[in-house]
Amino acid sequence: MKRHVRPYGDTTGDGMVQTSFTLPVPFGPKADGAARQLANRMGIDPAMVVHSHAIGEEFTFFVVYGPVRHVVDLEQVRVVEREYPLLSPAEVNAAVRKLLRRKLVVVGACIGTDAHTVGIDAILNIKGFAGEKGLEYYRELKVVNLGAQVPVPELVRRARAEKADAVLVSQVVTQRDAHLLNTREMAAAFREAMGARRPLLIAGGPRFDPLAAGELGVDRVFGRGTTPGEVASYLVHAVRSRKEVAA
Amino acid sequence: MLLDLDPEVVATARRLAARAAEPVVAIAKAHTTVSVERATLRLAGITGADSTHRAGDVPWVNRVVDTVREHCGLEHGAALPVFHALRQHDLGTLTELAEACAAGQVRFTVPEGRDRARAEKAARAAVARGLRTVDRNRAQREKLVARWGDPPQRPWIYLIVATGDIDEDVVQARNAARAGADVIAVIRSTGQSLLDYVPEGATHHGFAGTYATQENFRIMRAALDEVSKEVGRYVRLTNYASGLCMPEIAVLAGLQRLDMMLNDSMYGILFRDINPIRTFVDQRFSRQVHARAGIIINTGEDNYLTTADAVQAAHTVTVSQLLNEHFAHEAGLPDHLLGLGHAFEIDPKVPESFRLELAHALLARELFPDAPLKWMPPTKHMTGNVFDGYLLDGFFNLAGVLTGQSILLVGMMTEAVVTPFLSDRDLALANVRYVLGAAGGLREDFRPAPDGFIVKRAHQVLGEAVDLLGRIVDDGLLNAIADGTFGLMKRPADGGKGAEGVVEKAAGYCNPASELLEVPA
Repeated sequence: MKRHVRPYGDTTGDGMVQTSFTLPVPFGPKADGAARQLANRMGIDPAMVVHSHAIGEEFTFFVVYGPVRHVVDLEQVRVVEREYPLLSPAEVNAAVRKLLRRKLVVVGACIGTDAHTVGIDAILNIKGFAGEKGLEYYRELKVVNLGAQVPVPELVRRARAEKADAVLVSQVVTQRDAHLLNTREMAAAFREAMGARRPLLIAGGPRFDPLAAGELGVDRVFGRGTTPGEVASYLVHAVRSRKEVAA
Repeated sequence: MLLDLDPEVVATARRLAARAAEPVVAIAKAHTTVSVERATLRLAGITGADSTHRAGDVPWVNRVVDTVREHCGLEHGAALPVFHALRQHDLGTLTELAEACAAGQVRFTVPEGRDRARAEKAARAAVARGLRTVDRNRAQREKLVARWGDPPQRPWIYLIVATGDIDEDVVQARNAARAGADVIAVIRSTGQSLLDYVPEGATHHGFAGTYATQENFRIMRAALDEVSKEVGRYVRLTNYASGLCMPEIAVLAGLQRLDMMLNDSMYGILFRDINPIRTFVDQRFSRQVHARAGIIINTGEDNYLTTADAVQAAHTVTVSQLLNEHFAHEAGLPDHLLGLGHAFEIDPKVPESFRLELAHALLARELFPDAPLKWMPPTKHMTGNVFDGYLLDGFFNLAGVLTGQSILLVGMMTEAVVTPFLSDRDLALANVRYVLGAAGGLREDFRPAPDGFIVKRAHQVLGEAVDLLGRIVDDGLLNAIADGTFGLMKRPADGGKGAEGVVEKAAGYCNPASELLEVPA
């Protein structure tokens, strides 16, 4: 692989790309000119507007081809490597069977006064989120969704009764940092009640900082846009790591 | 009939579906729910919300029904205690009663003797007024359809808008109608199905959808009336009568002249983990309302195929369609209001996947010849490769045309990537227009070989459906649901959300809405 590369159309180094977009400009020569200008600024030069058509009276849709002048320097490519691989539901199921030889038990809840179950339901309900099925869909996961406004002592009691491997809490309301306080309270309660044998603790919600897990006393924090597949893959990874530490 | 289905087998399938449904219908008749009672009070005229509550707005119907339950239980229904209290306290309107109730000034009791007769009469008169509004809306729809016309073609083209803000939805819906949409569906905010109340007023901040509220319904219907006039055809409006407030939303749809409602007999149980009994009770009431309002229901069989394999589980769709049909007929819905659902969800890598799709789609068409079938586009195998997706949607459209589907939900090549761009919708409609224009009449020439792949496959699926129905009859439908027969989800009858809102009716139960809806309109 060479260090510097350009897009490949039909000849090495031709830099050819195609793109499509809509502008809020009525269809006509002016619209095509506007599309060319935008494409030029995107680095496509010369830009060929190979197609345009009106969408309603106020919009025009374009398909544009042309060479980009940009060059990719592969040595400067930095990717964030997730510390665990994203697994398909079948792979998650297989891994759980192999690791535990029983179902992995997940207990989920919205704690404190938070009544917003949107997040926890998106992750747990089979309906899922962003085209991915929720954890209920995974044959080897046993999901216990306690719903909204679950007091922390009740959560600890149920987690113990269900022999939970992982506890997921969702917090949407952030008034006066309620989400942070509730999460710390939950982590402390589990520590006190179960010590090192506590289940994996996972907090999620749109306003959480994924880097704050340590500070909150939980194992993992998931922020906005997290999908069930990411959570399931993490569970496999975390259970495996715990077993390796124990072994 | 292209598939030459054995009428005996078809009759057996329907007989088994009826038998499987029978105990569930009996349970539905023997119970009420908080939502059925609230729906009744909405028909009787309660509107608005208590905005002084510290937890946020609480609809008055919730305040009243919760208080009635606390004071005297719901086993006699809410109508008697409410209308008795109205007279006792000499209050003019139900809203005044609700306010007094919130202030702790009302003590609800179940009236007896002459008091009961008076309360019953007053409740019946109030609910009948609500139903007259529903009837007027139905007549108005018929008038407008006569004036502006139905879409010139089948299938009707069904498009979704979902911005979270009703005002933006209106802009998008108008554009969609001008671009050829015959039906506009406003997707609800994520999680609304699990709210045990219906939000109030115009809303602007939904999550991946817009809250279903009476005011939002009104705003959108008014906008579509305007655009219908402009485009010269009656553009229909769809929303979701599902989740914990299904009966109330059905009533609001009737009061605001919505035209279609998603309303599946088992979806809430399977995909939202709502208590099965709660669902079946709420279902029956909401379907009675839809029947009265002339609203086409859309059932949700497509969802099974997003969780289970679309080839292996094809017969569960047929079974669910037969059950949905029976529950709908039982609740008074005629075939022409029965938008049974199914979907194009077979993995495109499966050999002959398109022929399998044709077999399944044709089976639904021939089993339910008079139902406006709803044909749902691929979602599970849309990968983010929008080019593949566009081709798949083209085949989906072709299958729809070729098998005579009635309502076609327009597939988006950006399914599972982003909420559709303006251009995605435009391209998707161009795809539909191309297929309709190029092959709109191809059904005439489409004759699957009598012993060919398609015919055989359809017979096989129907056979498997009959076998499964037999097992469901033996097992009981509630047990079958508990065992994970549909969509692989296991839902025990005593589990799920909203179970606490189910109440067994007492001997003296009174609900004028149920009584008036039970009689064919």
